[in-house]
Amino acid sequence: MNAEHNILRVKNLQISASEQIPGQRPRQIVIVDDISFELGKGKVLGLIGESGAGKSTIGLASMAYGRGGCEITGGEVWLDGENVLEATPGEVGKLRGAKVAYVAQSAAASFNPAHRLGQQVIESALQHGLMNRDAANKFAVDLFARLGLPDPQEFGDRYPHQVSGGQLQRAMTAMAMCCRPQLIVFDEPTTALDVTTQISVLASIKQAIRETNTAALYITHDLAVVAQIADEIMVLRNGKMVEYGSTDQIINKPREAYTQSLVSVLANVKPEAGDTAEEAVLVANGITAAYDKTNMVLQDISVELHAGQTLSIVGESGSGKSTLARVITGLLPPLDGEVIMHGKPLPPELKNRSKEQLRVLQMIYQMPDVAMNPRHTVSRIIGRPLEFYFGIRGDEQRSKIIELLRKIELGEEFYDRYPAELSGGQKQRVCIARALAAEPELIICDEVTSALDTLVADGILNLLMQLQEENNVAYLFITHDIATVRAISDTIAVMYQGRLVRYGSKSTVLEPPYDDYTELLLSSVPAMELGWLERVLELRGQLND
Amino acid sequence: MAADTQKPASAFAKFMAMLSPGARVAAVVLVLLLLAALFAPWIAPYGENEIVGEFWEPFSARSWLGTDQLGRDLLTRLIYGAQNTFLIAGTATLLSFTMGSFLGFIAAVSRGAVDQLLSRLNDMMMAIPTLIFALVILSVMPSNLIVLILVMGILDSTRVFRLSRAVAVDIAVFDFVEAARLRGERTLWIISREILPNALTPLFAEFGLRFAFAVLFLSTLSFLGLGIQPPEADWGNMVRDNRDGIIYGIPAALIPAASIAMLTISINLIVDSVIGRTSSLKGGRDA
Repeated sequence: MNAEHNILRVKNLQISASEQIPGQRPRQIVIVDDISFELGKGKVLGLIGESGAGKSTIGLASMAYGRGGCEITGGEVWLDGENVLEATPGEVGKLRGAKVAYVAQSAAASFNPAHRLGQQVIESALQHGLMNRDAANKFAVDLFARLGLPDPQEFGDRYPHQVSGGQLQRAMTAMAMCCRPQLIVFDEPTTALDVTTQISVLASIKQAIRETNTAALYITHDLAVVAQIADEIMVLRNGKMVEYGSTDQIINKPREAYTQSLVSVLANVKPEAGDTAEEAVLVANGITAAYDKTNMVLQDISVELHAGQTLSIVGESGSGKSTLARVITGLLPPLDGEVIMHGKPLPPELKNRSKEQLRVLQMIYQMPDVAMNPRHTVSRIIGRPLEFYFGIRGDEQRSKIIELLRKIELGEEFYDRYPAELSGGQKQRVCIARALAAEPELIICDEVTSALDTLVADGILNLLMQLQEENNVAYLFITHDIATVRAISDTIAVMYQGRLVRYGSKSTVLEPPYDDYTELLLSSVPAMELGWLERVLELRGQLND
Repeated sequence: MAADTQKPASAFAKFMAMLSPGARVAAVVLVLLLLAALFAPWIAPYGENEIVGEFWEPFSARSWLGTDQLGRDLLTRLIYGAQNTFLIAGTATLLSFTMGSFLGFIAAVSRGAVDQLLSRLNDMMMAIPTLIFALVILSVMPSNLIVLILVMGILDSTRVFRLSRAVAVDIAVFDFVEAARLRGERTLWIISREILPNALTPLFAEFGLRFAFAVLFLSTLSFLGLGIQPPEADWGNMVRDNRDGIIYGIPAALIPAASIAMLTISINLIVDSVIGRTSSLKGGRDA
């Protein structure tokens, strides 16, 4: 490739951050090291890696921007024949928005809620003096139409809170495209969206990039997503390049072991448990619940769960799956229906439940960071349920905690650590140990793996399955991830807008014939193969070009 | 965070190391003032009410800061005054913090009717201007130390209540508090083990500021004749007694005034520095 045809050329990029621990001298740590790539017109490069891989940092560096504390310490970034790292702040200001634009992960946090969408979309075009207001408005309408937004003429008159999350993400893409930039940096644009919404946003972005012949950097942690949109993929780990090649090569013939582990899907699938004559651990009977007594969040939900089994509750955000967990735990007394444990109804309100009723029902949260008190040590976090429910103190407590730490595959050295000194996966393991310490019969797992990187999440799932075998504990597993559901469930409940649309054993729920919603949900999960997006869309007959 | 595992001997050194240079000077000033207050009878050159010369004598070798309107040594009065100022302002601030933060946490954790009741009562207290409220009560009640401390502490606790409730509401929405609730922990346990450790940083910062305000408030009350009663020394008192001297170009009133300013500024410097450091540890949230 000739350098002149490249929109973006990054050479030996190195980015450092300064870190300061109180009482010590500040020191520099290299967070991105020796990254080189080239990007031609109309091409899409996927940057993929776990959290901390440096992918967003690289994306921002291509706009000559370093996040707070980050500093570009080496290498060159050439944007359309200009070395942006040597440009003056004034020149960089002219560049950003006009030649290179950025689409952030959370569109909701990136739009000003007090201004209309249209006004914000054309703002940078006006500021850079690229077109006058009328032309800009017309162009915005054109972009809205191209991105498949409803009612493109009127769409710009709405405020950010008046449109859905998927539409907002597309509006943000329109904002980035409004100056006709040569490069757009997409930073996890679909990560915060439901799978059913993700697919249409993905299709819109892909189509708009093709039509405008824009180069794009697509940053994500989801290899299946990037496979649909990128021409080339760079796999990153800990700020270093692992593998760089065409999408076809990375997906179908990965060379490096790390890439192979990303490509391979969950290896072990739990065999489904057969019918048991045993009494169910938990029965939810006709649960109807609302937060303000008028808007029903849950309507007539009935499920049951046997000892040692896993019930997965699947659905997109707003389907009421977390609300069901709140009803079962007693945080939200239902308007109608009852929760039965071992044949005895549980008091609907938390404060009326006995210690024993609380003990058998434990919970693990989505965000391990906020599920543990940052000022307590690991031993205190795990030790409290031991002390509270069983009165175990002193040396006995110590040996019990160490035993629990072994069970979650962490050693004794974690005993005195604070949560801040643990990695995400380790934190979630400690949360599991805290739940296990109460020797529960049922653990509610609320999206326990969705905040974790793929490999770490696999480890957590394996641990949970192993613990289930050892302790015969039942899991109520709330998730939006179909792959996880496939791997761990015995029974599955699919929820949509507060109703149960499908419920039964794994084999019956995940086998055709499907109902409409389950069909939509299952087919929206990106598959790790090229051309999946086109195939699905063609199947649905939604793409009209 | 691991500070409590350190040896206590190095705690002060560690504390100093995390302060800004200005705050270090302030810390030294504060410690010196504290020592002076503690050992007043041993280090003061004269007795608290001993008349050593003519009134409003200028600086001299005999009395370094001159004498006051009755001919008492100003330096001696300042040292004894520090004792009263620290004792009363300190106790009142401690009282206001214990009360205010405890009630604030209860309101934040229980929510609902308890929160409404406590918060509206607090609003009622705050609706009355503090100084006027204090003047009314102090002129009716017998004038002694305990009444003074109680009035100052209770009036000040309304501000602490507001802050601690706001801080605790933020903390109470975290999953770890919900986890404790699901475990069946009682409100008091949640407050002391889950909320308090996480609220300490902003509360500590507020403690420093409130202490400074208490010093000023005490000085105001003394200046108006309702604080510390003569002949006992107190900085606000000394400003009032010597204020007529300013007309004749006598700086005797300015010296206790400068002491109040020095104490207030020192506390503020330390607190600012501590807030700056600890909030950046939490991820750079601006205080």
